Amino acid sequence: METTAAPLTMPAAPAGVDAARRRRHLIGVAILLVAACVLPFLVGNYRVFQLTLVLAYSIALLGLNMLTGYNGQISLGHGAFYAIGAYTAAILMDKFGMPYWMTIPIAGAVCLIAGFLFGLPALRLEGLYLALATFALGVAMPQILKHKSLEQWTGGVQGIVIVKPEAPEGLGLSQDQWLYFFTLAWVVLMFFIGWNLLRGRIGRAMVAIRDQPVAAQAMGVNTSLVKSLTFGVSALYTGVAGALGSIAIQFVAPDSFNIFLSITLVVGVVIGGLASISGAIYGAFFIQFIPNVADQISKAAPWAIYGIFLLAFMYAMPTGVAGFVRILRARLRR
Amino acid sequence: MDQLIHQILSGLATGGIYASVALALVMIYQATHLVNFAQGELAMFATYLAWALIQAGVPYWGAFAITVVSAFVGGVLIERIIIRPVENAPILAVVIVFIALLVIFNSLAGWIFSYTIKPFPSPFPAEPLFGNSYVSSHELGSMAITLVVLLMLFVFFRYTPLGLAMRAAAQNPESSRLVGIRVGWMLALGWGLAAAIGAIAGMMVAPTVFLEPNMMGGILLYAFAGALLGGIDSPGGAVLGGFIVGVLENVVGAYVGTELKLTVALIVIVGVLVVRPSGLFGKVHVTRV
Repeated sequence: METTAAPLTMPAAPAGVDAARRRRHLIGVAILLVAACVLPFLVGNYRVFQLTLVLAYSIALLGLNMLTGYNGQISLGHGAFYAIGAYTAAILMDKFGMPYWMTIPIAGAVCLIAGFLFGLPALRLEGLYLALATFALGVAMPQILKHKSLEQWTGGVQGIVIVKPEAPEGLGLSQDQWLYFFTLAWVVLMFFIGWNLLRGRIGRAMVAIRDQPVAAQAMGVNTSLVKSLTFGVSALYTGVAGALGSIAIQFVAPDSFNIFLSITLVVGVVIGGLASISGAIYGAFFIQFIPNVADQISKAAPWAIYGIFLLAFMYAMPTGVAGFVRILRARLRR
Repeated sequence: MDQLIHQILSGLATGGIYASVALALVMIYQATHLVNFAQGELAMFATYLAWALIQAGVPYWGAFAITVVSAFVGGVLIERIIIRPVENAPILAVVIVFIALLVIFNSLAGWIFSYTIKPFPSPFPAEPLFGNSYVSSHELGSMAITLVVLLMLFVFFRYTPLGLAMRAAAQNPESSRLVGIRVGWMLALGWGLAAAIGAIAGMMVAPTVFLEPNMMGGILLYAFAGALLGGIDSPGGAVLGGFIVGVLENVVGAYVGTELKLTVALIVIVGVLVVRPSGLFGKVHVTRV
């Protein structure tokens, strides 16, 4: 089977251009952050809640993008890790009375282990087969969550209701605004870590494994370790996102983590842009707001539109919105 | 003991459905080396077509024939229009196109026919055959139809020039082209056949699970499990695998609890892929570095 994928990233620029580009990059990120901080004061509470979900999704999409975009392992079951993260946070808060902010690193750690363990058998599976196995994981997840033996923890079909965290006194923020900033802080942290991970040695190893597995091994990359670690880290990101998302929604139930959640995440990664960090943010906006718009046409419309967008992007713009922005910027600079 | 026999027999009946969907998956895999994630939704959509025809007053077997033919044409068209452009693209692009097809057909069915559950008629008599108390006639009938389809496929691939050409095109496209086989059309034909088999499976399963846009979700998973168990490149193996998964699912459902039925499929899939990726009857592939 042909394993070489078309290169999805641009080649690295020479050193002189690099410094200028990095400065521009930093300015861009700073502007984006300021905008993100001002935004919740300009819109109503419901919009702030939606934006919080966008932030949570962007972490999940970054995680999935590491695995699928950078490392070339296709996962159609990342909704399962999102669910594990969400349930870990919910159970810790509901059964153990843990404060919400403490549950997030734990949810991440649980998912890291779960992802790493699933990544081990996944090592033997390539391309299509991995897609198949993860697809099965995504389909089976709601049933596992509903199972009787877990019911005392998961609350069965009813799920768990989470109390919305109060904003610290003296800040003058509403609950929604506080949760938004809390999530934003996690986004900044996770994207910073992700950016460092991907531009460094490990990131290059990941891309090398995707494009030339044999050559990567010959160069001394421990392919099995990098692949299963990528799976674990990717699950960690998705789990953190799941925990943040469940706190924002204040509710977890098995049927909200069905296979369509996993597919939604794949849609977000593809539309946002494979193998691109900024793509996670574009993709998160897409999966949060497009269904809202499409819902007004018909209950079935969001998925029809997802499907058509997926096809259109695969044929016309395989690098997603991030690739489009990159081309646009290159054109404008000329 | 009586209950176990009952479970095994009804497992064989549902296994027949899985076997035919698995067969459709193997067909496409043999022709294109791809696993079609949209197979279940294609079958579901075809079943809706049959339902609409029956509602319009067409007799059952008439609707059956029209549905199978239009599913065949639909399969060919999908290959020509949608799959063709990504034929040589990276595997990720192909998987995403399949996922796109899956969600488009799922939502189209919901959009056109609504999400309410509909009963679907069975062509077989309501009372059990030969006075037995184990299997209903629908279960027996769908098993028989699965076996007939398998037999027809075997004859087609083994004894007709067209079947031989299709096998050649799948095995060695370059050489086939040199001897004058139109490889592209053979692939399209493979898609058409798979869609037609899927449509038959859909119409056989609909009376038991009822017709709704998500009815094939679980079935597709069991079919995957069956196809992998039997060997993804072996049609006979896929059918046997489908029957095994059907029995396993029913027995586990009866003795362990119905909540874990889908997990059985997950375990079978991961287990087979890890322990014996080529399945029971599949060819072992050796990759040259």
